[in-house]
Amino acid sequence: MSSAATEYEREPVPREALLGFRSFVGQYAGEHTAGTELMIGPLFVAAGVGAFDLVMGLIIGNLLAVLSWTLMTAPIATRTRLTLYYQLEKITGRRFVVVYNAVNGIAFCFLAGSMITVSATALGVWFKFPMPGLNDLYPNGFGWIVAVLAIGTIVAWVAAAGYRVVARVANYAAPWMVLVFIAFGLVGLRDFVTATGASVKSLADFWQLAKTVIWTGGEPLPGQVKFTFWQVMAFAWFCNMAMHVGMSDLSVFRYAKKARYGLATASGMYLGHFLAWIAASILYALQLHRDPGNTDVLPGPLAADAAGLVGLLCVIVAGWTTANPTIYRAGLAFQAIVPNVSRFKVTFATGLLCAVAGMFPAVAMKLLGFVALYGLVLMPMGAVIFCDFWLMKRFGMQPFYAEAAGKTVNWAPAIAWILTVGLCLAGVKMGFLGIYFASLPGWFVAAALYLALSKILQRQTRPTPA
Amino acid sequence: MKRLLPLLSAIALMLVIVPACLYLAGSVDKPQMKGLMLIGTVLWFLTAPFWMGNDEA
Repeated sequence: MSSAATEYEREPVPREALLGFRSFVGQYAGEHTAGTELMIGPLFVAAGVGAFDLVMGLIIGNLLAVLSWTLMTAPIATRTRLTLYYQLEKITGRRFVVVYNAVNGIAFCFLAGSMITVSATALGVWFKFPMPGLNDLYPNGFGWIVAVLAIGTIVAWVAAAGYRVVARVANYAAPWMVLVFIAFGLVGLRDFVTATGASVKSLADFWQLAKTVIWTGGEPLPGQVKFTFWQVMAFAWFCNMAMHVGMSDLSVFRYAKKARYGLATASGMYLGHFLAWIAASILYALQLHRDPGNTDVLPGPLAADAAGLVGLLCVIVAGWTTANPTIYRAGLAFQAIVPNVSRFKVTFATGLLCAVAGMFPAVAMKLLGFVALYGLVLMPMGAVIFCDFWLMKRFGMQPFYAEAAGKTVNWAPAIAWILTVGLCLAGVKMGFLGIYFASLPGWFVAAALYLALSKILQRQTRPTPA
Repeated sequence: MKRLLPLLSAIALMLVIVPACLYLAGSVDKPQMKGLMLIGTVLWFLTAPFWMGNDEA
């Protein structure tokens, strides 16, 4: 699917290139069982989550994410069959897309950086250099810097030179990786039973162990935000907000035969964002149970203790195969800004930037907050696309206005974007909104602003009929 | 060969997950489990690339 995704960039996907349901099941299962899941699961435990809050929050939040893909992204994608970027260009104008690309590219760099961080923790197990703690913000030693730079340079070079080879390796690794993640959970459970002397013979016994020993709730670890059902649900729903409500995955679902193929995202949500998060959180809870003073969230040592060499391989492969396409996408986003520089140079430089970001453990250790911020910043453009497609004509306005009026910047979406992000961040800063919830009211603010500003601006400058 | 490779890959995946299930049940110890998982991993990466995705084109 990755090869197909680079085609038809400025035209609708033709009927003969459409893909079946199974392609999307495989793609989403692979993409969402990634290195970062090994950070997110433990961070839930660090946030003092309880068993009921975690399980129900993930079930409902992931369901809402699947429905967002199915009811918001896929219906537009299967009607227009255009990439996000081309559709945005028609609405907002070419110059605005360059700005959007830059923001997107920077966000991708931080995400890829955290994936490199995850892989580097596996090297720490072999070479035994000091690794960062839960509340560390800066690199804490020469060994750590060298490890991140070494992995980052290799990943950057491969993303620039041989992206397709790693994309294939990622496909081969996906089924194996999903099973290793599940194995982590099973091993963690057994070790919990051994450590506590509990007898687990039924589901009720397991639930008792889960509530009283694994996800006990209570106060979060120092420096962490408390997670209840609501934070877990909102995080599970919005952590991929850029992709569903933010409409990035228009570029994926333009290949779907039917809009209901959006349901295929359930594979990624319930394997990656349910089973893998739960499995990783069990390993971290076990570490805390054995040594409450050891609060470090380090996927390498956690995985090595659970599954030995296979666990370490899983950490490296999971981090590497997911950092690779992220760096590639960031490189493409930046290349739109400097089109005269070769893709190799831009992607390699982007990869090195990601490696530098990965040296700072703050990115990975604060991943829950960063992912929420990433979704929040890109969400308003999803509201703009949604309104442009479904509501503009109904309200007597011109959809694809920049294209129709021949403008390089349409200020209605630009102002709606900046104001929405500004208002949401101000709400978070002033304590009116939690970062994990701000995107929901933010979507309606962006939609209302875009429609109101379009009404004003389109009245002033009527497009010339095509 | 066409049928053998997917079969070996299936066995490889079983060798990754079944030892973890047996460990949970208390039927094998951790070093045994880790060894079997490693064999499954090596077998998977030796066999899967030769048949996975061949039917996509």
